[in-house]
Amino acid sequence: MSELLAIAESIVERAVGNEHLEVYVSSGIDTEVQAYQGEVEKLTTATSAGIGIRVLVDSPHGARVGTAWAGSLDGEAIDEALREARDNVAFATEDEFIGFATPDGVPAAALTLVDEGVTTTSLDDKIALAIDLEKMVRGADTRIRQVDSANYSDYVAQAAIASTLGIRATYERSGAYVSVEAIATDSSGDQTGWGLSAGRAPHELNIDKAAADAVRRATRMLGAIKPASMRGVAVFDPRTTATLLAIIGGALSGSAVVRGRSFFADRIGEHVAVDDFSLLDDPTDPRHFSASIFDGEGLACRRNVLIDHGRLQGFVYDTESARRAGTSSTGSAARGGIAGSPSASCRALQLAPGARNQAEILAEVGDGVFVESLTGVHSGVNPISGDFSVGITGLMIRDGQLAEPIREVTVASTLQRMLLDVTHVGNDVEWLPGVAAGQTLAVGDIALSGS
Amino acid sequence: MNASELVERDVIERVLASALSRGGEFAEVFVEDRRTSSASLDQRRVEELSSGRDRGAGVRVVVGETTGFAHTADLSEQGLLAAAHAAATVARSGSGRTVTIALGDHVGYASNAQQPLGSVDKARKIEVLLRADDIARSTGGEITQVMVGLGESSRRILVANSDGVFRSDHQVRTRFNVQCVALGDTGMQTGYRPVAATRGFEILTDDAIAEAATGAAQQAITKLAARPAPSGDLPVVLAGGSGGILFHEACGHGLEADAILKEASVYAGKAGQKVASDLVTLVDDGTVEGEWGYLAMDDEGRAAGRNVLIENGVLTDYMWDFLSARRQGRSSSGNGRRQSYQHLPMVRMTNTYLLEGPDTPEDIIAQTPRGVYVAQLGGGQVNTATGDFVFGMTEAYLIEGGVITTPLRECNLIGNGPEVLQRVDAVASDFSMTPGTCGKDGQQVPVGTGQATMRLSSVTIGGTAA
Repeated sequence: MSELLAIAESIVERAVGNEHLEVYVSSGIDTEVQAYQGEVEKLTTATSAGIGIRVLVDSPHGARVGTAWAGSLDGEAIDEALREARDNVAFATEDEFIGFATPDGVPAAALTLVDEGVTTTSLDDKIALAIDLEKMVRGADTRIRQVDSANYSDYVAQAAIASTLGIRATYERSGAYVSVEAIATDSSGDQTGWGLSAGRAPHELNIDKAAADAVRRATRMLGAIKPASMRGVAVFDPRTTATLLAIIGGALSGSAVVRGRSFFADRIGEHVAVDDFSLLDDPTDPRHFSASIFDGEGLACRRNVLIDHGRLQGFVYDTESARRAGTSSTGSAARGGIAGSPSASCRALQLAPGARNQAEILAEVGDGVFVESLTGVHSGVNPISGDFSVGITGLMIRDGQLAEPIREVTVASTLQRMLLDVTHVGNDVEWLPGVAAGQTLAVGDIALSGS
Repeated sequence: MNASELVERDVIERVLASALSRGGEFAEVFVEDRRTSSASLDQRRVEELSSGRDRGAGVRVVVGETTGFAHTADLSEQGLLAAAHAAATVARSGSGRTVTIALGDHVGYASNAQQPLGSVDKARKIEVLLRADDIARSTGGEITQVMVGLGESSRRILVANSDGVFRSDHQVRTRFNVQCVALGDTGMQTGYRPVAATRGFEILTDDAIAEAATGAAQQAITKLAARPAPSGDLPVVLAGGSGGILFHEACGHGLEADAILKEASVYAGKAGQKVASDLVTLVDDGTVEGEWGYLAMDDEGRAAGRNVLIENGVLTDYMWDFLSARRQGRSSSGNGRRQSYQHLPMVRMTNTYLLEGPDTPEDIIAQTPRGVYVAQLGGGQVNTATGDFVFGMTEAYLIEGGVITTPLRECNLIGNGPEVLQRVDAVASDFSMTPGTCGKDGQQVPVGTGQATMRLSSVTIGGTAA
């Protein structure tokens, strides 16, 4: 890991004149296994490394930044990236708010995010996990007619950031996942369900649960019908709630807010959600698979309260958006790999747990629709206007119980309305891969479009 | 540099031989050297110019139904041999056999781009961004924000395999897009227009820039007056160009042979059967030069093809990559694509389009008493096993009494592929295509979709209004 920092530092030392350099170096080892019909269908093993360089040059009324990246750490690639980044500077617009992070004294959380199990577990054992997972799903229920894919994957990723402003950060993380998609069938046709389990190493994976989830979701969708259109309560299961929280988190990004591209802009202090809705972004909570010690600019990650009992408390910022907003970075810079420049992003969202579990919430809701999967989130949700319309599969809720399965139906509202229409927040927190944990969430007055 | 010079022939031959030394049946080396450049303008600020370079190789080894794959950024013989060794771990039974590989004659394809990445001055690119911004803002005072993006890529690829294939290609793509935000009494609305082609910077003519900028601005302004979309089933007229994504989702993914062979598609076992209305003749065609999904050869070295998938409503064939075709003892249809050297190829679409029909757009609208007119679609998603799909409408209007009237707020439409294909009840002849990015199993590839104005007799609109 110190090797990556040494590379970053050696490039930073090449800064000349009045330029500033920020160098991000990453490397990773990945394994992916896909099992099919008891055999390995695909096995991928790979190592990768890359570098992202930003060059900043001060000018009379601000500064300019140029960037470049390379998918390799060889000297020639690094030289070319540095040359290109320098060449790109002159074409950027002078900007008084642009700038690199400076060390802010916030201590880094002491987190261990790597589990050696990823590297010490043999390839054969990893392969066995995928094959067993498939076998388990196929054997669980006679109505399972196919397992489209049963996958195991893991990674160890390392990164280092150094800059001429004194940033020095290194971090590493490991992860292991299994996922499976089952196809169930009966006289009414096919339905699918998927299951997953995540951990930092293979020994943390629960393949029984992943298999059972896939089987239960696929089989209970059998005979699903397209329901009549209605308006009522939608109860989102933990996975779909996590997706909703990630969308809301996108609108809480300072980078979107300072550009006026969020429906939350200019609403600090307002009641944007019901009292029971408190949303936190806390990458220092190691229960999040996305937990991190440093952000994408090398500042310590920290706990940020975003919505407190329904009141909009704050946004997450990187250095640039914070300067534009007249505040400080919240340690929330994220980069989309070596090719991405930092921007503010939620990383580890969690909704304060409520008092009820899912069964209790269903009982209190009485009648409505239970949402088990979402489709078309990228095409039907607009975080600027707040328009929300997604395809779902799930089950009707009748007399407080899950009833008949439904498909080919959409639920719609606006994000603004949904936050104010939340009726229940579950206590059933489920830690999931991605930027948000999930739990059961009930939202009233949703339009369901069916036949 | 010529793509075939990425790695020497004799080095590739030795790497392929090594990949098969443990008993594999087929080995392939895919080498890629990709340069990209992007520029973005946000609120008249050029936020950044970014340049990137990605270079490396992926080696795969096939043994029976098993594929081993490894990739490396190290293009030295040593680096490639290490990847070959890693990919060959799936061939466990083999033990140190000696294999000789002799590649065939090199076949090299070239790009026809007139102004590929690197040939246009960076200052000229900034001018284009600013011009789009000017035009968008001058469209109306409601426009409060304009974002303009430009992305260019130059991708040299080399495919060599143990069957002797030794081919290279140079793919140049340019993408430009304008996004606007308009502010009105009811909040903010957005407009978006892309221009993209498998060509160079020359696609950004004054007209193309003006059309994108005006279109994006006008769309955002129009939507300020939008009212909630209806909830429930209605006839839907899709404007020419915008609706190709319908076929991409409603049946395109379901016609990919990997899903077919796993019987994970509603279209498995339906070849030769009627699956759509008579008006539907659907083609996947990688040979449409310059289109966003154009390829001279696919990422397995197979020349792109024009493949009729559905003819007058009858399913004629699926799309195939090397492995799925090999399993069926037939040839690939040129649909083996991958995002980069770090990915395995899969069956993917190229340019997927519906052939023209006998009607006119005016007649189709006039003959729709009540329905929805979709001027622009966003993305979509499908479950190939059930056929259920969604796609977003980013610009849509009510049709009342055969006339396009009120703009509608964004929402998804939802349907079932096999059912919706039967409901195509009118197709016009104003064909055009739209560029898009298709995601499958985490891999993104550029695709084109196309169709003329057409009508579906009924689709579920996922809005909120009664």
